[in-house]
Amino acid sequence: MKLTGAEILCESLLKEGVEVIFGYPGGAIMPVYDALTRYPKLRHILVRHEQGAIHAAEGYARSTGKPAVCLVTSGPGATNVVTGLADAILDSVPVVAISGQVHSHLIGGDAFQETDVVGITAMVTKHNYLIMKASEIAVSVKEAFHISGTGRPGPVVIDITKDAQFEKIEFNYPEKINLPGYNPTVKGNMHQIERAAEFINQSSKPYIFAGHGVLISHAEKELLELSEKAAIPVGTTLHGISCIKRDHPNYIGWLGMHGNLAPNKCVNKADVVIALGMRFDDRVTGRLNDYLPHATIIHVDIDPAELGKNVKVSVPIVGDVKEVLKSLLPLIKESKGRKEWFDMFKDYDKVEYEKVIRPEIYPRKGPLKMSEIVKKLSDITHGKSRIVADVGQHQMIACRYYEYKKHDSFVTSGGLGTMGFALPASIGVKVAKPNDEVWTIVGDGSFQMTMQEMATIAQENLDIKIMLLNNNFLGMVRQWQQLFFDKNYSSVSLKNPDFMKLSEGFGIPSEKVTERKDIEGAIKRARKHKGPYLIEFVVEKEQNIFPMIPQGASVDEIRIE
Amino acid sequence: MKQNKFSTLIVTVQNKPGVLYRISGLIRKRRFNIASLTVSATEDPDMSRFTIVVEGDKETVEKMAKQLYRIIEVIKVNEPEEDSIVARELGLIKVSTTKTGSKGEISLIADHFRAKVIQVTPEYMMLEITGNEEKIQGFYKNMKKYGVMEFVRTGRTALFK
Repeated sequence: MKLTGAEILCESLLKEGVEVIFGYPGGAIMPVYDALTRYPKLRHILVRHEQGAIHAAEGYARSTGKPAVCLVTSGPGATNVVTGLADAILDSVPVVAISGQVHSHLIGGDAFQETDVVGITAMVTKHNYLIMKASEIAVSVKEAFHISGTGRPGPVVIDITKDAQFEKIEFNYPEKINLPGYNPTVKGNMHQIERAAEFINQSSKPYIFAGHGVLISHAEKELLELSEKAAIPVGTTLHGISCIKRDHPNYIGWLGMHGNLAPNKCVNKADVVIALGMRFDDRVTGRLNDYLPHATIIHVDIDPAELGKNVKVSVPIVGDVKEVLKSLLPLIKESKGRKEWFDMFKDYDKVEYEKVIRPEIYPRKGPLKMSEIVKKLSDITHGKSRIVADVGQHQMIACRYYEYKKHDSFVTSGGLGTMGFALPASIGVKVAKPNDEVWTIVGDGSFQMTMQEMATIAQENLDIKIMLLNNNFLGMVRQWQQLFFDKNYSSVSLKNPDFMKLSEGFGIPSEKVTERKDIEGAIKRARKHKGPYLIEFVVEKEQNIFPMIPQGASVDEIRIE
Repeated sequence: MKQNKFSTLIVTVQNKPGVLYRISGLIRKRRFNIASLTVSATEDPDMSRFTIVVEGDKETVEKMAKQLYRIIEVIKVNEPEEDSIVARELGLIKVSTTKTGSKGEISLIADHFRAKVIQVTPEYMMLEITGNEEKIQGFYKNMKKYGVMEFVRTGRTALFK
């Protein structure tokens, strides 16, 4: 039986195990939307802006580990997903974005809603396709899912002309793919793994940097084994957060600009660094010239281009973190413990607790602090909620004060720092994990970038709890203006809408908290309510996030005030 | 380390639309400085070959090779040592012949460099030369005094010995 290209697309998505599509219709994708009504197994979630579709897909992909689909029309539909593609490629998120394109005979003629999608997206995708014949759809979908979901995950775009969606041909889903140039290395080179083991076994101050790759490869167990067997402290990157439980004694904190004091202060004292699935981003390394002066660096990553990109590596290992650790573990000698080394971290921890953490989470008077609210949420949910944070001060607070006890439970935009990410991303997280508690933590600035997705949440009645931390400022920019631009506040003050009325308008129940005594009750009411719920917390206007490594400073120049 | 060191990358790719765009985009995005880039068909109609001359040391070339491998259509990136390849480029030059006696002199020099005369007019001669970069540069220098009206070169293409 012959099928249209649009139907072939739907059949192919089903073959790839797709259950959910986040999308927005429009002229050039109408044949696919027409076909979708005949494929009830493909649940379509109608967002309110295409950026919302791709962030929702990112949230879904990061919660399932499988490529997620977003579907948009040509022209503005496609350009609206570009930010999400850039976000996904930097944060290694598997997303397959499918866009309609104008009729093939119109391409190149500046037709209505025509944009050069493969051209625009080439630099922010792992791969992309322009499809002009129905016969190319199935094979491209198969390749796209393979490329997106394997190796270092990333976004793939499939741009399909409208005539290809209409064209009728026989449907055959390919059994095999033929990508001679794409064959990610999964197993690490044994010689390099042996060298790594030797360095680790001889080290006195080894240090593990655990990144997103640990979570992507599901290497949480192996990471723990390595850390416990050889008594190695584990610091995580932003995306590595939740790869090890917050209360594990070997977890020493979060690395980078607003990370913890101890892990940053001790970085340059390490003699062997085992970097797992991370990429030595400038927010982690600070000034490179002073970074890791005494350390032998063992770097494990599935993307060979990351090895040696920013720092010189002594033992580069290309491979999947889990596979490499499995080969490495038998070669690691058991350590009796490294009390002195761990004590060094503990000393700094005490300083950070007294100077920063305690005053932040247990303030006695004054306006509400973001930190105490997030800490309260952490306590009430026992660190087991899924947290989706936007970008800015509240994001750093969500990293610092939520005590993650559930693996892979933190989703945020790290590499690109996309404001407006969290609300739509939380849609994807909740759809992927309907039985899990999901809290999205947003600032007043970031919320207003994509708040139209409140309508999507209401329409789908998704049980997402929204914690809106409102300081009437673009807080992170304000903090930088205070610290580095002589407090010259330029375009950071916000006259906000009435969030209660706004929420009511969307049909989402809400409440506003201004008093310390009401924090706990509000969070509990939100949890008790079945369905979406928004709490606006009016917080201290000029709270600063510390510790902080000023941009361009060395990691050990981290400031606590 | 010597300044302005150039290295050659020989890149075999699947012959598909958009590959040139991806490779040139990568070079721009990662800020590699290239001296030349040639693309051509190969003995296999499904494959094409890029010969890229990039400014930089071994480390730069390695980084570029790794980035190139991220492009799905890239099958193989070779970073050959200079003595393991035969590399050639083609130069076309238009030289003024209005000075008395210049035609004869130019022909003599052309013979010496094994350059071919492809067009002669009352105003100029057009010559074609192949060889390595030094040879072409040398020929160009010799032609300068007669008045070079136009000079183009292709950039290198190479084969393994």
